[in-house]
Amino acid sequence: MNLHNEMPATRAPKKKPDLQRPLDELVELYATVPDKAFRYCPGCGLGMAQSAIMRAFHRVGVDITKVATAGGSGCYSVMGHYFQSSHIHGSHGRGCAYATGLKLARPELTVLTLQGDGDLLAIGGNHFIHAARRNIDITVICFNNYNFGDTGGQFAPTTPLGSKTDTSSLGMPEPAFDACKLAIGAGAGFVARSTVAHPAHLTKMIADAIEWKGFAFVEVLQHCHVLWGRRNGMPEAMDMMRFYTDNSVLNPSRIPEDEHFDIPVYSEDEKNVKFVLGVLHKERKPEFTEEYAKLRAKAMAKMPGKVQS
Amino acid sequence: MTKRLLLGNDAFCEGLIAGGVRFYAGYPITPATEIAEAMSRRMPEVGGTYVQMEDELGSMAAIMGASATGVKSATASAGPGMALMQNELGQAIAAEIPLVVVNVQRAGPGIGNATRSGQMEVMQSRYGANGEVPAVVLAPSTVEEAFWLTLKAVNLSEMLRTVVIVLGEGILGLQRAVVDLPDDYDEIEVVNRPRPSVPPREFLGNYAANELSEVPPIADFGSGYKSIVSSVGISRRGGGDISILGLAVDDQDFTIRRLHQKLLDRKNEITLFEQLMTDDAEIVYIAFGTQALSAIGAMHEARARGIKAGVLRLISIWPFPDEVVRACCAKARAVVVPEMNLGQARLLVGNALANTGIKIVGVNRVDSITIKPVEILDKTTEVLS
Repeated sequence: MNLHNEMPATRAPKKKPDLQRPLDELVELYATVPDKAFRYCPGCGLGMAQSAIMRAFHRVGVDITKVATAGGSGCYSVMGHYFQSSHIHGSHGRGCAYATGLKLARPELTVLTLQGDGDLLAIGGNHFIHAARRNIDITVICFNNYNFGDTGGQFAPTTPLGSKTDTSSLGMPEPAFDACKLAIGAGAGFVARSTVAHPAHLTKMIADAIEWKGFAFVEVLQHCHVLWGRRNGMPEAMDMMRFYTDNSVLNPSRIPEDEHFDIPVYSEDEKNVKFVLGVLHKERKPEFTEEYAKLRAKAMAKMPGKVQS
Repeated sequence: MTKRLLLGNDAFCEGLIAGGVRFYAGYPITPATEIAEAMSRRMPEVGGTYVQMEDELGSMAAIMGASATGVKSATASAGPGMALMQNELGQAIAAEIPLVVVNVQRAGPGIGNATRSGQMEVMQSRYGANGEVPAVVLAPSTVEEAFWLTLKAVNLSEMLRTVVIVLGEGILGLQRAVVDLPDDYDEIEVVNRPRPSVPPREFLGNYAANELSEVPPIADFGSGYKSIVSSVGISRRGGGDISILGLAVDDQDFTIRRLHQKLLDRKNEITLFEQLMTDDAEIVYIAFGTQALSAIGAMHEARARGIKAGVLRLISIWPFPDEVVRACCAKARAVVVPEMNLGQARLLVGNALANTGIKIVGVNRVDSITIKPVEILDKTTEVLS
């Protein structure tokens, strides 16, 4: 996918300030463009997710040199290399654990994890729920494409019940995770969902998540028409974009604090699939690095100037 | 210097702190738990951070993240915890992130016997992770040495940009001894990793090397440099930014060879050993860790009986000091390798002494009962007769 073609500079300015800025400028500010093509499949939703993250950076006004990202294996895993920020491209599923170390060691950094649904919820599920429980100030962005795309489309914990993948050719027999519900249950303070078919909304969700003091989670429904879509009657990128736009219910993007919307992402009845987009949960609670700083100050006051016990 | 009664596991902690470690991620596991306990207390006292992770994979990943920001970081584990850590351990070695991992070895495979001691992870330390990664492994014999060697491990990890494993043992970690500790850690000279000396725009990345022996500079996260930490085909020769388009085969070759060569070219600085009466020794006891003490006891007894015995105590196990073994066994007719496993170090000694005609035998126990000097003496008589 070519980011430069996505939004021609000649396009008339829109009202929404985030979309108004030409991508070229954002690329200049936040991205490093690889010398050859991007590594995403043609029409992949990751390119849109990536530009939404750049717009969110701009909206929040982050210093890109103070941004650290972490991720593991998956289609998304090259994304961290495309930003000017520092990045850990580590092993499969450990994004939240890398981020925990990054944030605790240098609380002044803005820390994001870029993770796929298989990476975050299958192999990395333990790190995810515990990072949420600690309420450490990181932003976890989950690119949910319903399958393990990088390995050729096997079912993931998010694959909708009954849908076909490489390893569920007769239909997925296991119920899927609702990633947002999982995050809420694990104690995340900020939980939101959006899709790549709603770029302005997605930008806002990511920006709000970055600004949130504490653990923030954004589930990005990002189509994989090449693998999941093709096997489930939506072989083109636009088919899946329509799938998202036709079946989405938009929550108010800002909800009062300490409230959340308890609506399931997938209904039991396949014909009535609805994605509830927007901020689903907001709850202020003590942030881990701040709490630890207090504890450290107390401990250091006890033994001033002494390194040895 | 101050005399203190110190638990072995506390000595590891103090060594880490003296070396400048200010981030520790841990997960409780017998017999290494005391390290996490002490670090939870000591880290905030010295301005550092302790975090208890959800598992050993998480511990390794968290210290990798912390070390990427430039904060010296460490963790400790044992038995199955070390097995879990292999994933991230290989990752960190390949990504060239300086870290120290203390392995307080328990006995047995699987969950093994948590409260018993062993020396069964000599080979795991080197060959446990996937994909031909090198290892730097140090094995202390006493509580006092545990302190100094752990401090040394921190310095080596920074100098070499690699993971250094301190190979402890349950009976070392859980014994108390009176040790001399420095009064002020600030006066101890510590080594810091190479950091970029060029401005951010000219920085070619954390893996920009042209020579196999190079330890390239690494930029701290948030320091203004774009710092990519990865083991995935990032090490294009000569650096340059991302090589996410796939690594050329000759670059892959260069990358993997460099990980090893940077250690081998500094082997003199890594290799630590103690040799006792090996000059005229016709029988040499080669041992490491706590069992080296039994070997030393056996040597004195043998000398008293008129047998020319000597001891080579291996302190650095990996990279294995072949030259040292050969030099110490110049006059030897036989070598006895006492160890708490079924012959892992013996295999390495045999490799070092290949084609020398020297007889190599082991004294091996896997019941966690310390090898007694008399057992080594019995083997000595047997092998010399």
